[in-house]
Amino acid sequence: MTILIIAEHDNTNLKDMTLNTVTAALAIGGDIDLLIAGENCQSAASEAARISGINRVLVADNACYKGQLSENVSALIMSIAANYSHIMAPSTANGKNILPRVAAKLDVSVLSDIIAVESPDTFKRSIYAGNIIATLQSSDAIKVITVRGTAFSPADKNGSATMASLEQVHDEALSMFIRDDTVVNERAELTSAKIVISGGRGMQNGENFSMLEQIADKVGAAVGATRAAVDAGFVPNDMQVGQTGKIVAPDLYVAVAISGAVQHLAGMKESKVIVAINKDPDAPIFQWADYGLIADLFDALPELEQAL
Amino acid sequence: MRESMEFDVVIVGAGPAGLSTACRLMQQSQQEERELSICVVEKGSEVGAHIFSGAVFETRALDELFPDWKKRGAPLTTPVTSDEIYLLKNAQKAQKLSNSLVPKTMHNDGNYIISVGNLCRWLAEQAEAMGVEIFPGFPAAEILYGDDGEVKGVITGDMGIDAKGEQKSDYMPGMELHAKYTVFSEGCRGHLGKQLIKKYDLDSESDTQHYGIGIKELWDIEPGKHKPGLVIHGAGWPLNKDTSGGSFLYHADNNQVMVGIVIDLSYSNPFISPFDEFQRMKHHPLFKSTLEGGTRVSYGARAIAKGGLNSLPRMHFPGGLLIGCDAGTLNFAKIKGTHTAMKSGMLAAECIFSALISPTPVSNELTSFTENFTNSWLYEELHQTRNFGPAMHKFGTLLGGAFNYLDQNWFKGKLPFTLHDKKPDHAQLKPASSCKVIEYPKPDNSISFDKLSSVFISNTNHAEDQPCHLKLHSHAVPLEKNLALFAGPEARFCPAGVYEFVEDPQNDQKQLQINAQNCLHCKTCDIKDPTQNITWQVPEGLGGPNYPNM
Amino acid sequence: MKVLVMVKRVTDPNVTIRPNTDSSDVDLNNVKMAMNPFCEIATEEAVRLKEAGIASEIIVMTIGEKQSQEQLRTALAMGADRGILIETDATLEPLNIAKLAAKVVEQEQIDLVLLGKQSSDKDNNQTGQMLAAIKDWGQATFASKLDIKDDKVTVTREVDTGLQVIGLNLPAVITCDLRLNTPRFASLPNIMKAKRKPLEIKPAADFAIDLTSRIKMLHAESPQVREAGEMVGSVKELIEKLKTVEGVL
Repeated sequence: MTILIIAEHDNTNLKDMTLNTVTAALAIGGDIDLLIAGENCQSAASEAARISGINRVLVADNACYKGQLSENVSALIMSIAANYSHIMAPSTANGKNILPRVAAKLDVSVLSDIIAVESPDTFKRSIYAGNIIATLQSSDAIKVITVRGTAFSPADKNGSATMASLEQVHDEALSMFIRDDTVVNERAELTSAKIVISGGRGMQNGENFSMLEQIADKVGAAVGATRAAVDAGFVPNDMQVGQTGKIVAPDLYVAVAISGAVQHLAGMKESKVIVAINKDPDAPIFQWADYGLIADLFDALPELEQAL
Repeated sequence: MRESMEFDVVIVGAGPAGLSTACRLMQQSQQEERELSICVVEKGSEVGAHIFSGAVFETRALDELFPDWKKRGAPLTTPVTSDEIYLLKNAQKAQKLSNSLVPKTMHNDGNYIISVGNLCRWLAEQAEAMGVEIFPGFPAAEILYGDDGEVKGVITGDMGIDAKGEQKSDYMPGMELHAKYTVFSEGCRGHLGKQLIKKYDLDSESDTQHYGIGIKELWDIEPGKHKPGLVIHGAGWPLNKDTSGGSFLYHADNNQVMVGIVIDLSYSNPFISPFDEFQRMKHHPLFKSTLEGGTRVSYGARAIAKGGLNSLPRMHFPGGLLIGCDAGTLNFAKIKGTHTAMKSGMLAAECIFSALISPTPVSNELTSFTENFTNSWLYEELHQTRNFGPAMHKFGTLLGGAFNYLDQNWFKGKLPFTLHDKKPDHAQLKPASSCKVIEYPKPDNSISFDKLSSVFISNTNHAEDQPCHLKLHSHAVPLEKNLALFAGPEARFCPAGVYEFVEDPQNDQKQLQINAQNCLHCKTCDIKDPTQNITWQVPEGLGGPNYPNM
Repeated sequence: MKVLVMVKRVTDPNVTIRPNTDSSDVDLNNVKMAMNPFCEIATEEAVRLKEAGIASEIIVMTIGEKQSQEQLRTALAMGADRGILIETDATLEPLNIAKLAAKVVEQEQIDLVLLGKQSSDKDNNQTGQMLAAIKDWGQATFASKLDIKDDKVTVTREVDTGLQVIGLNLPAVITCDLRLNTPRFASLPNIMKAKRKPLEIKPAADFAIDLTSRIKMLHAESPQVREAGEMVGSVKELIEKLKTVEGVL
């Protein structure tokens, strides 16, 4: 088996989700090639060559790959696809944009957003808003797969893969890149942050949320809230984590003064580590938390901020 | 200026009563080759989404409406095979009653265990096939009156209004639906039915209506424990002697059971929480032995009108009819309301149709309905059982039960006197200071659960940013009266956790928080609020529970 | 310009879905169905293009069981002109959906295809990209803004780093994201009118395409319930655990 991974990068740096995807590929087994397509992407390529477990890094450096236009990158992948048993990418906007196009050209189906590798042809993914985990088997000759990064640990970076460049240019001229409007966030985005700190109605008012914000800024976390806190008018609606709000799955979720209504749990139960801080020892959230601390938020939060 | 549409008949609510009206109207229209335009509006997101009932179903009305219902694929698949009644003496013991001691009305030979939601989905298909326009997601928000004070239709709810009452970008005003006759079949304590009863004094000659709250769960059980067609009813524990009601467990098909409780809303201790009574009831060996090892699939609650014939208001008024549980046609002695609601709908349809085809002008008030009703088996059935509920209220469960046994089995409901029960349920609560606080056991998350995880599996949702549909007439009353005098009973009688008294950190006082998004549309708050300060209004269309197979 | 909108009948997003009793698939018995929310956005965008005089006709199509007509009627009530149901009781994969759609695109001579970025049931996020590939058209996924001039369209896409603006030549496929618009509610008169709009039903078998599934569902299960972890006595102990045991700080 030989696996091709489409790397996620911004030309300068490799994005971490690529490392998680490599781990998923290692679970399948076989040689792994990594494709870096972009414009002036040598720096990202050198970084990619250090990923442990990679055989080769293929580099396609041309202006037509700027903005990862699906039409051009797909054509590039098609030029080498026949060499591979699996073609994989992190399930990012780019991965989701490009791989289905490749799959249709290959006349194969796609397994989107897998969360586990069972065997080289069998995978798990979550459907129906996380209510069902499906085990799926593919009969296609080439398996095209996007990978949910948070479901796999990142690969190490102490390897030294060989580099090869792909010189043939694939400009389909169907679309053109105009510009990127990169959003600069002062605080991390709820859905992409590695750490999320959320407050419930037990925060008592909007002002007290500043205690959460101060901690969040120290560790690069995003701040969330429960529907009850939003309904009480403490914070705006876009901070709501829950079934009707945003679904998050960070590495660390800290629930402060949150009782643990199912509505809220539905939005954060996929988090890797859940911490609950609540003064009510009977709060249902403790049934879900990896670590529970029975404490008043006015004692615990300043202490937490100091200690970080 | 609102847009309007004209119909021959507008029906409010796609339940058994409303859909039977629609079907019967179309059957007559086809028979007589007289075209009719009929519109049914329904607040649920689909027909059946808000339908919630036991249910053991008697086929009498369905047999009349669609004699070939089997061929048409009606969802009646589980005939009752056996019927058991237990007296629950305490949390552990139950005594099975011998069949000869059971009131005749409680026997279920020939009946079916069904999902009334699925029955309604099927009735809607029959109605639509005959040309009825059914509009789910469109609640009737207001009654439209004509110049002479007659009902001339309804106005559907506005969509796209935010919590402050401002129009959002997807704002769509409600429509006027005009009709020659408007039929109200909203189910128990319909918010428009309540207004009609008041405006036309429909209850001037009847006793006050009485209600119960029914709470039910659907469970997948271990196949080895499943006995399709088995019906179990229980009385006694966990309810005390001042609180009447009963429990049930029905074995439906597909390894599923329906387990539930009905508690009379005439209870007096404000510390009673029907939800918690139900949760602890399931721990009784009678129920637990069946549920253990199973999974809870769905949860819901709904008030039922159980006053029977004595409480039945006049059902006609200028321009329309009030039918089914919206009026109160449920037979409480049988704990069945579906066949009676359907029959009331069919009678309404027959009345309306003869008025519509009458060659001579007729009054817009269908007074003939009363005569049709009185001559029907529906009246006969309700008359026989008129004393059942009042006896329970008057004599308590045990003596009342004995009375009902004699009344129903020996005298066939023909005792020459009628028991009356005139005190409304909301006036029954005693001050908290004179009542015993009830400590309910904590849920074990395998047999019993908390309120919010229960509401979650009712699939209840309301659009986020909309005005609160639970109107408080006074904002002071919840604290000054309900909390001070009755220890805030709304936090307990609401089976969905809509009402919560929370600390206001600004002044260390409690305040009432209304989580309207959780509302199951059961109407219990509108009924039981001791100060009658809460009015249930329709939220934006599509909102509410989404019950599957309930 | 002829616009094709693809819509899908899915389980209502407010309903919690469970596995069936033998865990071979999900239990959809009497579950409330609805139009996929992203498809509503696609329909709304098409109707706005028609209102702006850019689209001349809106054809809405779906592929699925007979009852999928309900979702087509919803789209017609929102303002689409006519509907096509490709009827099949099988659950088709996005690849096969895209192949059938490509046939409709050819038969109807479509200039622009609008569809949701993904469906709320299977979350695949593939169909639009696959259709574009089969037709060799340009594609814009995750669209949050469209600007059509002559035979060119400028699309703002929601990507992980913010927004990306790209240009496409028409014909093209565009998949719609949440912020593109707020779909309108269908009004009662429009729902009634929609019942009389043309709706064509074609059996999927008539298209002579091999619709065999490539992916087989072996098992469906509920996600594991989290077990309660350990209680810690102090903030200090908590931070220690997060740093050393979990490595998340």
